[in-house]
Amino acid sequence: MSAHPVYQPRSSFMQWMERRLPIAGLIHSSFVVYPTPRNLNYWWTFGGILSFMLGVQIITGIVLAMHYTANVNLAFDSVESIMRDVNYGWLLRYLHSNGASFFFVAVYAHIARGMYYGSYKDPREVLWILGVILFLLMVVTGFMGYVLPWGQMSFWAATVITNLFSALPWVGDPIVTWLWGGYAVGNPTLGRFYSLHYLLPFVIAGVVVLHVWALHMVGQNNPTGVEPKTEKDTVAFTPYATVKDAFFLGVFLLFFAWFVFFIPNYLGHSDNYIPANPGQTPMHIVPEWYYLPFYAILRAIPNKLLGVIALAASIILLAFLPWLDTSRVRSANYRPLYRQFLLVFFAVVIGLGYLGSQPPEGGYVIAARFLTAYYFLFLLVILPLLGLFETTKPLPNSISQSVLRHGAAAVASAPPSGAKV
Amino acid sequence: MHAHRSIVLALTLAAAVAAPLRGAFAQEQEVPPPRQHWSFAGPFGLYDPEQLQRGFKIYREVCSNCHSLKLVAFRNLADPGGPDFTEEQAAAIAATFQVTAGPNDQGEMYQRPGALADYFPPPFANEQAARNANGGALPPDMSDLAKARSYERGFPWFILDAFTQYQEEGPDYIHAILNGYEEPPPGFTLPPGAQYNKYFPGHAIGMPKPLSDGQVEYTDGTPTTVDQYGRDVAAFLAWASEPKLDERKRLGFQVFVFLIVFAGLLYFTKKRVWHEAHHPEAT
Repeated sequence: MSAHPVYQPRSSFMQWMERRLPIAGLIHSSFVVYPTPRNLNYWWTFGGILSFMLGVQIITGIVLAMHYTANVNLAFDSVESIMRDVNYGWLLRYLHSNGASFFFVAVYAHIARGMYYGSYKDPREVLWILGVILFLLMVVTGFMGYVLPWGQMSFWAATVITNLFSALPWVGDPIVTWLWGGYAVGNPTLGRFYSLHYLLPFVIAGVVVLHVWALHMVGQNNPTGVEPKTEKDTVAFTPYATVKDAFFLGVFLLFFAWFVFFIPNYLGHSDNYIPANPGQTPMHIVPEWYYLPFYAILRAIPNKLLGVIALAASIILLAFLPWLDTSRVRSANYRPLYRQFLLVFFAVVIGLGYLGSQPPEGGYVIAARFLTAYYFLFLLVILPLLGLFETTKPLPNSISQSVLRHGAAAVASAPPSGAKV
Repeated sequence: MHAHRSIVLALTLAAAVAAPLRGAFAQEQEVPPPRQHWSFAGPFGLYDPEQLQRGFKIYREVCSNCHSLKLVAFRNLADPGGPDFTEEQAAAIAATFQVTAGPNDQGEMYQRPGALADYFPPPFANEQAARNANGGALPPDMSDLAKARSYERGFPWFILDAFTQYQEEGPDYIHAILNGYEEPPPGFTLPPGAQYNKYFPGHAIGMPKPLSDGQVEYTDGTPTTVDQYGRDVAAFLAWASEPKLDERKRLGFQVFVFLIVFAGLLYFTKKRVWHEAHHPEAT
């Protein structure tokens, strides 16, 4: 089932084209014959899922933009008219709002996989940094999108988040006024958020191209963290990775459809169905669920400026993982201590998410401080030290050896079909 | 495998840290609204048109005196998946409302009977007029009310709700408010003009008890109790806030069947394609 390693145009038109713009050859080398490690598990399917979700968001977003009005007096009602009067408008909007959530579900799975298997290490540093930039762009785009329906949470989230910049000394207040286009969140703010919310997805798409380009320079990491050495260690992207990605995308879409069609407002906040009212502050202002861990870090620090710095650092530090992690072994499967600390780190992030949804009072704040401390301790202290002191498990010589070992075990338990090994 | 054990361990630790916080630090306990049975709950639940018609009767005779419904048009009353009025009935209902139209050729605004294309006219000209007539309180617009109200579910319910598809917090809350009027407990001081309501956050609600037993006449033998009124009007408001629910769930079922079959086919294709890679000797 192996395709030809070099693209051979068959029709005379494609031969003519290939001499002028070798795009078919590029697709062939990037997505057909491109070698992928044969031992990739389903955690490696989230890259494809993310590309798909970006497409969903852009397509539904473009149609929604045809019906949306970015004006403080009309925005809420224009969204409601999409829900009530536009053909399948409810479907477009629920796909888009839940699509943002599932975009983040996929990106968190993708990041967690990268951390677990050490995918950021040499030679994949630039690939990883581009990924952190993509995540930052997603955070900004998602936040601006949440403001557009101009409900109570839209308005107050915009107020709280833009106000964070006021913590900066000297330049803080002028920056906030500049962001708002006035002295409060208002019509100019909504207008620019809408404009940027439309622009940034295309910036994301551009960085995705760089991300994929960088990936194809260095090749994919894999669960062993051992680079492919021979042809035996890899399989062709098509059909192997394509069909595996497609299957898991189908499973992912089932979860997505569950939310879109049956609990479309589960991930949202009921207050956002109340039109924005600058004169009335909601009881608890909470961001969308995917920002909650970072929101908890912000509120855990008693000083506003330090809180903002911690919030920014919690994401930006991830870009330095290739250098913070001093171990030469990539995969957590061969790093018993790192593995334990990392799983606790993941649990801490989930815990911070829960605390971010709760009022910043009493025990919640104290717990958030402990978890925040672990978050930074893990990145800044545990990770650099582990590489120096940890005893790692022996690595397999090659990917095919590790696959065959698993295969041999499976064969041993099923003798009738294992005669050939 | 060890992976599973340590994930379970990590999550248990996180839960152990988080769980006691709730009890120890939760502020004054609100009384959660009692769960009601809703025809439109669950993956196959759809609106009951007769219930929506009863709920509409309550809105029209009681709620609409103070609450607007400005995102709903009279034509919506005849839309599929709604109260199932015929177009003639909806037009007749519209004609009983006076809407402001104009300006006419003389430049004057004027009143005329409503038509299908008109939206429900608000009971007050503006917010100030509404507050003035209601002791300073503003009766909220009811178009989105059933989606704009909820209550704290708490751990672990807020997670389980995603699996049980519990989406009716708003209707449950509305029903509870209508049935929550009682004498304030001793020691509770009500602000002037407010009523005590068991389920309202803070308990001091500006709205006087709007419904009593027997107040709205039902012709189909449904009991005329506040409990029943509350359910009917909450169902009507659920429809007003989510008029495309029936269409959404029907399409959702089709999408689900398609995706299960499609993912299943992809799974077997994947198995077949990878069989060769797993057993290279077999080829």
